[in-house]
Amino acid sequence: MDRVLPQPTPETRHFWEGCKAGELRLQRCVQCQHSYFPPRPFCPGCGSREVEVYPASGRATLYSYVINHRPRPDMGTEPHSIAVVALAEGPRMMTNIVGCPQTPEALVLDMPLQVKFESFSDAISLPLFTPAKA
Amino acid sequence: MKQKSVAVVGAAETTQMGRIPDMSVLGLHADAALNALADCGLKPSDIDGVATAGESPVQLAQYLGITPTWADGTSVGGCSFMLHVRHAAAAINEGLCNTVLITHGESGRSRVGAGRFGASPSSQNGQFEAPYGPVGPPSMFTLPVLRFMKDVGVSIEELAMVAVVQREWAAKNPRATFKDPITVDDVLNSAMIAYPFRLLMCCLVTDGGGALVLTSAERAKDFPQKPVYILGTGESVETPMVSQMEDFTSSKAFRVSGKKAFDEAGIKHADVDHLMIYDAFAHLPLYGLEDLGFCGRGEAAKFIWERNTAPGGKLPLNTNGGGLSYMHSGMYGMYALQESVRQMRGIAPAQVPGAKISVCHGVGGMFGASGTVIFSNEA
Repeated sequence: MDRVLPQPTPETRHFWEGCKAGELRLQRCVQCQHSYFPPRPFCPGCGSREVEVYPASGRATLYSYVINHRPRPDMGTEPHSIAVVALAEGPRMMTNIVGCPQTPEALVLDMPLQVKFESFSDAISLPLFTPAKA
Repeated sequence: MKQKSVAVVGAAETTQMGRIPDMSVLGLHADAALNALADCGLKPSDIDGVATAGESPVQLAQYLGITPTWADGTSVGGCSFMLHVRHAAAAINEGLCNTVLITHGESGRSRVGAGRFGASPSSQNGQFEAPYGPVGPPSMFTLPVLRFMKDVGVSIEELAMVAVVQREWAAKNPRATFKDPITVDDVLNSAMIAYPFRLLMCCLVTDGGGALVLTSAERAKDFPQKPVYILGTGESVETPMVSQMEDFTSSKAFRVSGKKAFDEAGIKHADVDHLMIYDAFAHLPLYGLEDLGFCGRGEAAKFIWERNTAPGGKLPLNTNGGGLSYMHSGMYGMYALQESVRQMRGIAPAQVPGAKISVCHGVGGMFGASGTVIFSNEA
């Protein structure tokens, strides 16, 4: 079964185009310097429309997660992580932690992570995260 | 709002609860509504205000034959009915209507006449959460818990104890779905759903409904049942995406709604005799106790472990057995309200002797919204 995928809107297109290009694009307020996610054409901190898109470092730490033992049909048959990561730039995002066993022993809160883009269609690559190399 | 200016005069759940394959969602709304109207001796034509979630208030009014001068379709998840009570009280005080009917019905298990699940792929949830595999509340509502456990120091045994204590309350309630006692080991040996959550830490999925009738305190004295007065109310919303919750160890919506209700009611925590905290999952009473101010940060798990919320404890919590053991159709808030009303009327199966003030706190979505209603049975 095909993976459930996002349908970008005009306000989010830059983010998904960035993922396709291998770049995690965040937005930042020119007025108050607040970095935020998910995308929108104004700052949720101060309301200013003067915002800019910039490439994030792709570094993050593991903020919280569950290991889903009843996977959705498009997610395979094995238990898998559904995680929230704290990006180095501040915002948090939902993702999957890949490239390591999907166990509590391997998934330790606050462990350093690095983004890894995985292509699922011509238009969509999802930003997934792997344990950062020491 | 003005304290005790509005009262609940009619309250009832659906005739049956649990598995009701012969009734649609709309049918459950109507069954609950007719029971609540019978409870206060009114007919549909006596109602001039309607509020509901799940179904449209337009559908409800047409189906029951009501011509309202006020309608509220606030739909923010399972606590919508707490918000309806709050909005109805304001509407009655403002003279927009006199007698409000609030209904809930949900075919959570049988899915008769029920809508479909899932976010549109272009919505924020559809773009920034759904692609990573969440399967409804069991793998989303639970997401903050590991962070909560690490930061405030809660053990998995303490999380399991929430379900154990609630089962003790359910054992006293003939209408509860699960009544057999369970132990911490039973919880920790039940099927893994979404680590660290096991089956017995998750709510039931059942069919049912409930309804309330509210009117002004002046008129409330003329009804057959003991009036249950609205002492204070609060509401707030935070985020449709659990991943964007500001702090995984505390709900902003809980804090804002709870404080507003306590401020309105003009009471202290020590004044509270009975407490309902919407428990779709075992961690919610922990967040609720701390975010409403009953416990300090990191103290709620021990407070429950030490039996303060259990039968015989100083703060009876979720005395119907809660969403974990009583019933949970999907939007559980209505059943928490029903139990608060029963406690204030003095007719609950596990009645708290002499209870005068009940706090009823709800959650909507995955920590997305919150509503709090504080009841009193003294005019």
